[in-house]
Amino acid sequence: MSFFENISSIQNIIYIFSSILFISGIKMLGKEDTAVRGNFLSALAMFIAVSVTFINVINPILVLVGIGIGAIIGSLIALKVKMTSIPEMVALFNGFGGLATFFIAWSEFNSIPSNNFQYILVMITTYIGGVTFSGSVIAYGKLSETLKVEKSSIITKFFTTFFYISIIYLLYSILITKVFSPGFDFYTILLILTLLGGVGFVIPIGGGDMPVVISLLNSFSGIAAAFAGLLLLNNVLIVAGSLVGASGLILTIIMAKAMNRSIGNILFVGYASSTSASKSEETGEVKPINVSDAYLILENASSVLVIPGYGMAVAQAQHVVRELGELLEANGTEVRYGIHPVAGRMPGHMNVLLAEANVPYDVLVEPEDVNPSMDTVDVAVVIGANDVVNPSATEEPGSPIYGMPIIEVHNARTVFVLKRSMSSGFAGVQNPLFFKENTRMLFGDAKESIGGLVTEFKE
Amino acid sequence: MEIYILLGFVLILSIYLGLELISKVPSTLHTPLMSGANAISGIALVGALVLGSDTQLQQALAFLAVMFASINVFGGYLVTNRMLKMFKKK
Repeated sequence: MSFFENISSIQNIIYIFSSILFISGIKMLGKEDTAVRGNFLSALAMFIAVSVTFINVINPILVLVGIGIGAIIGSLIALKVKMTSIPEMVALFNGFGGLATFFIAWSEFNSIPSNNFQYILVMITTYIGGVTFSGSVIAYGKLSETLKVEKSSIITKFFTTFFYISIIYLLYSILITKVFSPGFDFYTILLILTLLGGVGFVIPIGGGDMPVVISLLNSFSGIAAAFAGLLLLNNVLIVAGSLVGASGLILTIIMAKAMNRSIGNILFVGYASSTSASKSEETGEVKPINVSDAYLILENASSVLVIPGYGMAVAQAQHVVRELGELLEANGTEVRYGIHPVAGRMPGHMNVLLAEANVPYDVLVEPEDVNPSMDTVDVAVVIGANDVVNPSATEEPGSPIYGMPIIEVHNARTVFVLKRSMSSGFAGVQNPLFFKENTRMLFGDAKESIGGLVTEFKE
Repeated sequence: MEIYILLGFVLILSIYLGLELISKVPSTLHTPLMSGANAISGIALVGALVLGSDTQLQQALAFLAVMFASINVFGGYLVTNRMLKMFKKK
């Protein structure tokens, strides 16, 4: 055995060890008590895999410079970012992973793939990596609200068309070009169409469906890495990439189930075109309430359930919410937080915000845990959530959101809805909850309203 | 061709293993799991290290791949750690 073969076997053995650490790491990441250690193990696995690959790198100085720049940029973003901007940050990092695989595939194309299978893999890896990148950038723009494009606008239609063209062109590239070498630079066109296609893939998808898209892009970035592993005949890339692909897929399925919609419906149809059925013309009197009356009711409550939504994130109200919760508890009230899986803009968005405000995670409850005992809840406080508490989902078969599991706050004794105005939620569906007998509307900025309640309690 | 069948086998088993391992994740951990998994997808860095560098284009692509994968790795792990540190029990 020559010296280089030796190195390669040792590398492969260490890759196995690294894969085991990745597997244990991601398993531990799925449980509260072990999550921090799980993340550390997977970072260790990454360090080992990279170090052992570094041994026979051709241009070590250039590589170290690249890693150094990446490390500085990545660390700065990770340490500076505000917790409220986490969704767009995750999207951006995700995109960079996709971009790296896009470049890997591109480089491999220039190495002149030796067999047909490798050739096909180059095309597929290029496509998944590129779509992950440009799709994530669009998701970043949408989540940070720097990019606002109407679903019906001409720009959206333009890019959506390119998404379909890019898929057809990918098939063309895979099936034809190896046999009949085209007289033009077909691969450069694939690169461009891929990036445009990624834009078209994400651009029509609305804000409330973002949790699904961001999980799906997460899954894609893993699958892209796994395909790059097939291309480069590298085990650890395949194992680590597959784990990411699987975890992203699980989150995507959880999110889609929480909306009672299929993934295809979320990606390619959207709410707007499913509203053909009857729109309930619920009219009636909404009953507004002011802060001091709300305070009197809360003071006498023995059980309070807080349901946060994207509105809480926008108003940055999580800290005052925690403060109110503590005051209520000091007053002898049981306080819990009802968290709907798709509340917010990414999976677990509300959990992160409340954790940032120091709300312990064991007072957070999921819909199926709290719904059966909803009639024992004295006051349900809905803060900037809408569709996830819309009773149409259980009461009105014609509604576009019918069948979606919700937090059934309308069964609580009293419901406070904190809201800026009477506009409908993301789904564009009117919410009959606002007109219920036991509902009181507390209009205004969530942060100010809750802050007002806190002041009342302190006095 | 043999090698691809073998690696395809690894791919399928790993996906299946991943699905089994994480199927029951509590919603508190949805974001950290996503962001932690995202950091793992930075494993593309290993791929970027073994790229050929015969032409200038390839050298540039390898450098860029290393850099962007590194952003993904460092940023992903750090932000996940920062997030997980916030989760507290009562």
